[in-house]
Amino acid sequence: MRKFKENLSGRIFFILALSSISALALITVFIFIKGVPFIAEVGLFNFLFGSSWAPDHGEYGILPMIAGTFIVTFGAALIGIPIALCCAVFLAEIAPAWLRNLFRPAIQLLAGIPSVVYGFWGLVFIVPFIMNHFGGPGVGILAASIILGIMILPTVISISEVSILALPRQYKEGALALGLTHWQTIRSVILPSAKSGIVAAVILGIGRAVGETMAVIMIVGNAPAMPRSILDPVRTLTTNIGLEMNYASGLHEKALFATGIVLFIIIMILNASAQYFTRKRSF
Amino acid sequence: MDAKIKTQSLNLFYGDFHALGDITFDIPAHAITAIIGPSGCGKSTLLRVFNRMNDLIPICRVEGEVFLNGEPVNRADTDVVALRQKVGMVFQKPNVFPMSIYDNIVMGPRHQGVKNKGKLMEIVERSLRQVAMWDEVKDMLKKPGQSIATGQQQRLCIARALAVEPEVLLMDESCSALDPESTMKIEELMVELAQKHTIITVTHNMEQAARVSDMSAFMMIDEHHVGRLHEYSKTDEMFLNPRDKLTEDYITGRFG
Repeated sequence: MRKFKENLSGRIFFILALSSISALALITVFIFIKGVPFIAEVGLFNFLFGSSWAPDHGEYGILPMIAGTFIVTFGAALIGIPIALCCAVFLAEIAPAWLRNLFRPAIQLLAGIPSVVYGFWGLVFIVPFIMNHFGGPGVGILAASIILGIMILPTVISISEVSILALPRQYKEGALALGLTHWQTIRSVILPSAKSGIVAAVILGIGRAVGETMAVIMIVGNAPAMPRSILDPVRTLTTNIGLEMNYASGLHEKALFATGIVLFIIIMILNASAQYFTRKRSF
Repeated sequence: MDAKIKTQSLNLFYGDFHALGDITFDIPAHAITAIIGPSGCGKSTLLRVFNRMNDLIPICRVEGEVFLNGEPVNRADTDVVALRQKVGMVFQKPNVFPMSIYDNIVMGPRHQGVKNKGKLMEIVERSLRQVAMWDEVKDMLKKPGQSIATGQQQRLCIARALAVEPEVLLMDESCSALDPESTMKIEELMVELAQKHTIITVTHNMEQAARVSDMSAFMMIDEHHVGRLHEYSKTDEMFLNPRDKLTEDYITGRFG
């Protein structure tokens, strides 16, 4: 009887664990089934490199969205990553315990704020600020980059902090014992030693920025056109799907699934390279 | 013999815990001084006073005076970075940084302002020759330092410490993680280095202390768990006729 219970509970856990993987499999299969025929029909080149998105006129080029995603993400990385890395070094190496205990939960809270709230906050504060000080419509690349730069902070901070804290204490002691100052120790020994973890953190942060939808929809302007300045409104791959999915049908709907495939592949590449760098860690 | 390092009424506390009590002794220059004693008596803690490594522990407080070449070590205004350039340290386990052999060795000199590539290479060769490793690794200086054998790694750590040209070398049980052959090599190295350097070594290995050291400091905790310097004398004297019954019991292996 006991053996039977053991076996049964083992199986139940296995099935439940399987269900999470099968969800991934189902989603993958579903978007590919819906999207691949569309790409076959329109042509991969026309789809990826077409510069006009006008479903009413049968034009399905997502180049502006690909560009929008890359530019907004790049901007977010430019703003968020330096702040995040300094913050991680500060928390792991410099901050006294009481300050660390104040900072850590605050950063976790940052991760817990719903993205719609970020978007709303951006719309009420960032967008008017940009409009008044830099001109343009306010919504656009700059606004989205700022908000996404903030949204990726918790991911990048916590993963790089953990990879710094995971270093053997002996590295730091060894460096200090050679007569290096604390800052020299951080720069020349600690950061290079934690490099692979920090790179993984940056990649996962970028993945988070690429995948974010709700906050971006509210502040990016959503114009499916090539931007000419950082104040221009753009549309990203995620917002393209988010904006049009509820009324799209037929070929239009399939085009959105195909957009999903592109997004899916970008995220997969990012996650795989993050995995690669995490495994490369030599200790 | 000249005193390289002097301590006067040295007391060390971790918070409320009194770890080292009233330690006063002189460590001679160009000699090997072994600090011996049972586990937990504060040997490593004492060693770390000499290069202010205890500064890393916020609750650690050191009272009394320590002098290196007559200069105070334990004052608030002591230049700790300059001190650590004069007092190098080798740790229990080899702590080679995850970078090339070359980068490990030039880490110290580079931060002292040596930028010239030729000069750095000279330092690398000199340091590796000092630890008798130049011929072993001269063709693989760009290889990861952590890819060589553990015994070699520990010698690399010694070379890295020597690259800064320290006057004193602190060795914190630096052979305890090594096989007998590597241990022997490092012991030979210690004897050779002691011609120009002052070496202070913490060890659990009585034979090692007897073999290599000139002076021996036997530490022991008292009834309040305070680590004290129980006996300090020439190694020959201590091992041949210890003044104290406790010392004799320890070095003959009756406890510890």
